[in-house]
Amino acid sequence: MKHRVVVTGLGIVAPNGTTVASFKKSLEEGISGIRFFPELAKLNFSCQIGGMPAISNERKHDYFTPLQLRQFNSNGIMYGVIAGMDALRDAGISPVVKEDPPLWDLGVIFGAGTSGVEKFREAIYKIDKKEVRKLGSTSVVQTMCSGVSAYLGGMIGAGNTVTSNSSACATGTEAVIMGFNRIANGLATQMVCGSCSDDGPYIWGGFDAMKVTTYKHNEYPTAGSRPLSETASGFVPSAGAGALVLESLESAVRRNATIYAEVLGGAVNNGGQRLDGSMTAPNSTAVQRCITSAVKLADISANEIDYINGHLTATTKDSLEIENWCEALERSGSDFPYINTLKSLVGHGLAASGSMECVATILQLYHNFIAPNINCEDLHPDISESVAVERIPREKISTPLKTAIKASFGFGDVNACVIFRKN
Amino acid sequence: MTTEQIYAKLLPIIQAYLPTDVDPDSVNPDKDLTNELNINSAHLVDVVLDVEDQFDIEFANEDMENLRTVNDAIEIIRKKTTS
Repeated sequence: MKHRVVVTGLGIVAPNGTTVASFKKSLEEGISGIRFFPELAKLNFSCQIGGMPAISNERKHDYFTPLQLRQFNSNGIMYGVIAGMDALRDAGISPVVKEDPPLWDLGVIFGAGTSGVEKFREAIYKIDKKEVRKLGSTSVVQTMCSGVSAYLGGMIGAGNTVTSNSSACATGTEAVIMGFNRIANGLATQMVCGSCSDDGPYIWGGFDAMKVTTYKHNEYPTAGSRPLSETASGFVPSAGAGALVLESLESAVRRNATIYAEVLGGAVNNGGQRLDGSMTAPNSTAVQRCITSAVKLADISANEIDYINGHLTATTKDSLEIENWCEALERSGSDFPYINTLKSLVGHGLAASGSMECVATILQLYHNFIAPNINCEDLHPDISESVAVERIPREKISTPLKTAIKASFGFGDVNACVIFRKN
Repeated sequence: MTTEQIYAKLLPIIQAYLPTDVDPDSVNPDKDLTNELNINSAHLVDVVLDVEDQFDIEFANEDMENLRTVNDAIEIIRKKTTS
């Protein structure tokens, strides 16, 4: 028997809000988290704007011991820990005391693209200076890809699977689907699922070199991230973390926990870098197949979908994504679901994007609103040709929502699509 | 440097690596760093790096192997700072 799976906790560290409450407010009010960074200008970046969550020193001490903060230099792990621990607290789950056995039925799947690049940089400089012995004891745990899940697992006392998935910009959505499957199959009762990304020049540099970020908005940072727009000229890089506590319905009901939404199902696949797919471009056949598989696994009709949280990064691929949604759901024009993208407000959080966007999706579903798509007053004509303009709200809309679909696509031709329902 | 002077500079370094459930006042020269003070064995290398900076000395791999108690540390530091 498959178990039903629900969302009972949320946590977020985003460039426009580092608590669920402040993030929700930014969503409703269309507040951008994109800023200009002089450091990027100094380093000759084409794109000198980005999104970095602001975490005060004081707040760090709420989550980490002074000993853990000694020599700590991994932003992604910090964002992930804060989002993950906030989600657990939101779900009413307390960490286990040291003397007790771990929570055997609680696991962590928290993904990352890479970990602790700043820490890694420190290490490389020391090694090249023949000072390998001076790396200290935490160089490994801060730079291993599973660093964030290891930190979280230890803070909570998780006794089920504790791992980090990695599938580029699909990482966060994939983590949610992996956690969902684990609970649905009876292998765990509670899963902390999410993803995080480091920020700064060493993460963003490669994208700048590829010319996939925008160089046209350095003077107007908050207008820089322009998904769906005719003047979209590349994405704005950002970072952060999103976290969801998934739980079996039986357990959530037994604990009398707040249920934000049910996870109806999700699909992941790969375009195999065949047909029109490549290392960096999506295979549309695979994208559509991923969406239709998710709809099938969720056992719903595409007509039941009220809201799409798109991937929509603000590159030339946005029109193609809309086309793929239309084809896969067999809906277009004024029959198309509402659609928006968090990226107009926070940029592209890379490995963190999927989980931050899942949190945004659930908040909108739970509170019955569609956040504004900012910076697309000049909607791309290819998009307005297939979707009615009013389905792409530029202002916040309050409307009853029941079923939401969220997809993420990433380098390697990876796709992930998940469906949430408010019961 | 006298043993007392070394201990006075060593004590805060050790205290920084104590787990939260170990009382900083419980440190004394006879204590075993990992078995009694519960310092995570991985953190011993951090203690040594801090000691090296503080006393301007360098531990050899053999010194690390002989490091068990606070007194061991004092003895190693005394030898290196007087030689």
